[in-house]
Amino acid sequence: MPGPATPTLTVRVLLFASYADTLGFDSVQLSFDRPATVSDALERLRALPGGQRLPPKPMCALNLTHVRPDTRLSGGDELAVLPPLAGG
Amino acid sequence: MYLTHEAIDLGRLVASVQSAARGGVACFLGTVRNHHGGREVLCLEYSAYAPMVEAECARITAEAEARWEVAIALRHRIGRLDIGDAAVVVVAASAHREEAFVACRYVIEELKRRVPIWKREVFADGSVQWVGEAGKWVSGEAGRPANTDAGDTAPELVGRMEAESQ
Repeated sequence: MPGPATPTLTVRVLLFASYADTLGFDSVQLSFDRPATVSDALERLRALPGGQRLPPKPMCALNLTHVRPDTRLSGGDELAVLPPLAGG
Repeated sequence: MYLTHEAIDLGRLVASVQSAARGGVACFLGTVRNHHGGREVLCLEYSAYAPMVEAECARITAEAEARWEVAIALRHRIGRLDIGDAAVVVVAASAHREEAFVACRYVIEELKRRVPIWKREVFADGSVQWVGEAGKWVSGEAGRPANTDAGDTAPELVGRMEAESQ
């Protein structure tokens, strides 16, 4: 069997603290068959059980750097969805 | 390493940045409080996105050292902390006090805004609660609105950081 005609884009998504509690996991792989952004990944998360409780625009980091929701994803990226920070 | 599971040694951090030329040393210690919102707190449990903590703390330290004539030492502790334990220590050493104070303030404020660390409060009545901007996203409080305050701050954070880097 030949593979899918459309190349897929796979990213690793990390959840922390209250968000991990609410969705019930702290890591998930998401695949897209077309170019995708941070917002697209968040939409996928919202479709999961508990995901509707994510805020409209949570703080996100891509490969250890804060990013905007419209940032384009690349294969192998690590996307972190960050609950309100509480360091200090 | 900016993160540690061990008690933070203030004297060692001061010694790491103090020098014959840097006569002004400002320190900030953030320690665990025994109350929040009128309730008695027994301890705090800190967790972190460790690789990003290291990256973001390195960026903040570099920003401060580029902006002022200072040397910065910074540590944040994670795990279970008891009342009075130091969770974070910032030390800024400079030739003069003014730069030491302003750089120390900059580092702690940026850490609180940008560094991915979270904490859960364990209360005397046995309940546990994640600490958020307004405490709106709390385990066990189903039906309350999502934390839109935090959501609104994210794009502003990125925008401001980009503007400052230019």
